[in-house]
Amino acid sequence: MPLSWLHTTDFQQLIDVLRDRGHRVIGPQVADGAVVYRDLADASDLPTGWLDEQDGGLYRLRYDPQAGTFDHVVGPHSLKNFLFPPRETFETWSRTPNGWLQTTPAYEPEQLAVIGVRGCDLAALAIQDRVFLGGDSIDVRYQARREKLFVVAVNCRRAAATCFCHSMGCGPAVGPGFDIALTEVGDRFAIEATTDAGIAVLADLAGRLSLPLLTADEVAAVRQVPETLREAMQARRPEEGTPRPRSLDTENIRNLLFDNLAHPRWAEVADRCLSCANCTLVCPTCFCSSVGEVTDLTGDEVSRERHWASCFTLEHSQMHGANARPTTASRYRQWLTHKLAGWIDQFGTSGCTGCGRCITWCPVGIDITEEVAAIREMPTSSPS
Amino acid sequence: MRPRLAVYKFASCDGCQLQVIDVLGRARKHLGEVADLLDIEHFLEARSRIGAGPYDVGLVEGSVSTLHDVERIKEIRRQCRFLITIGACATAGGIQALRNWGQIDDFLGAVYATPAYIDTLATSDPISAHVKVDFELRGCPIDPGQLASVISAFCVGRRPRLPGYSVCVECKERGTVCVAVAKGIPCLGPVTQAGCGAICPAHDRECFGCYGPDRQEPNLVSLTGFYERHGANRDSLGRLVQSFNAWAPEFREEHDRLSGSES
Repeated sequence: MPLSWLHTTDFQQLIDVLRDRGHRVIGPQVADGAVVYRDLADASDLPTGWLDEQDGGLYRLRYDPQAGTFDHVVGPHSLKNFLFPPRETFETWSRTPNGWLQTTPAYEPEQLAVIGVRGCDLAALAIQDRVFLGGDSIDVRYQARREKLFVVAVNCRRAAATCFCHSMGCGPAVGPGFDIALTEVGDRFAIEATTDAGIAVLADLAGRLSLPLLTADEVAAVRQVPETLREAMQARRPEEGTPRPRSLDTENIRNLLFDNLAHPRWAEVADRCLSCANCTLVCPTCFCSSVGEVTDLTGDEVSRERHWASCFTLEHSQMHGANARPTTASRYRQWLTHKLAGWIDQFGTSGCTGCGRCITWCPVGIDITEEVAAIREMPTSSPS
Repeated sequence: MRPRLAVYKFASCDGCQLQVIDVLGRARKHLGEVADLLDIEHFLEARSRIGAGPYDVGLVEGSVSTLHDVERIKEIRRQCRFLITIGACATAGGIQALRNWGQIDDFLGAVYATPAYIDTLATSDPISAHVKVDFELRGCPIDPGQLASVISAFCVGRRPRLPGYSVCVECKERGTVCVAVAKGIPCLGPVTQAGCGAICPAHDRECFGCYGPDRQEPNLVSLTGFYERHGANRDSLGRLVQSFNAWAPEFREEHDRLSGSES
């Protein structure tokens, strides 16, 4: 479908079309010192002019009147928070005089429309799809929510120091999987649709205002926007006094990591690691959960709950009579080697999209790219 | 036969006992009878009738701070088949354990007109320093949901479901933006055991460590080192780990390391 221009001042019309079509609209907004996903009714709540400076264990917002609507990058939330919520109840049981009464909570997922999804998070969506929908075991709750999801993606034109999507092949240009994609240029958005749902939304939008088509030259310039950023990210070099720009050398990374399971770096990083689980919780692809029964005092009311779990907690690797990963070093190694190596064997791709959240939201700024680089620099055995 | 419950108070604010009243009161069938679960035989804050011991389960609030307390907890231990301590005072000595860093005679002289009338220990101790404890439920105050889980588990003979992870997990679960990362507020969440539902960070405040050090190797040195390198004051970090669970071993050691003193 051809690209059209949507003026910044007409963004409200896009929100209204989505709402009128029955979507609950989620969009990025400034709250609690960060750009987070919240229900969005008013385009003026978008974080126009806000930039996020990110580094290991650091996130700060800065206002720049020259900045656009989507010149921030990614905050602590991702699509995972909506498609794979932190806690949900599967079943409940109540003890009655006639025995146990089982109830399955009403389950009608919303038609969610999420605005502002970046290339890294679209790639993460595809990865979670493989985890929850691939193979023989389908997660029906994820599936129901996923089928109703409408994605308004955004091509990045700015990167934070923690961004390394260019290394992972996941951005900054948005890949397939979006319904509508936006590219911000001056005071306009180039808007395009790839799915039937996206095309229908654009048709509704065209019924409300004029959406002039881009000329061939303008299309070429718009396509160049994320490409220019990608080139800039590849050319980034460390500078004194600014956060180190991240990148990750993925060449032969699976064998590099699996051949270095006894590397002294694991013990070194464990001296800094808190085992607090933040990296796994903000990661848009981490998918572990735990299911258990919760009762009230009397045991008359029981619910079966699933909640996020993390390989950084001791209980995650607790088995009958023993713990498989009793040390922080063993748990950090498990996370990193699964994310960047084991994932390839298990799902056919890396588990990392280069969004950089695990670096930013680590309370002590542990950096996945730095840990891999340290092992690559001095491997205990050469990759097989 | 229903288990017979006893609840005791030592040096404490009674807040945890109020949580017990809250939890048991909601499931109360008759005075003294909680649903069909247990009978309240000894609970001075809730009722004046006292049933004779021994008891099947005892809940103990508060820290040991006098010689009289020492004798009393030994007798309570003899009376209770299963002894559960509840709250930061009983499990770690409480906020009053700050006196463990000072000289008891100085406090007595400053507070009391006639210090000679006061008979006290030099320290405020967790219950476990004096008798064997079967289970510790942490928190300042304890969480009603966790208490219900512990009592329910005791009554049916299974393990209680309590979180074995940091407060960060609860922050992420409720979608709270990390106050340490986004605002530079030194927060104890990453090294503190979950249980409160991460209340304070949701209100723009740091975690004060009410549920005590995370059970899995809490790496305080790494955390406070990061805060210090990013501008936090060493003294204020020392005070941060020196609150309701100040005398919990990991917090105590970190305070002493930061202040360069031995305890």
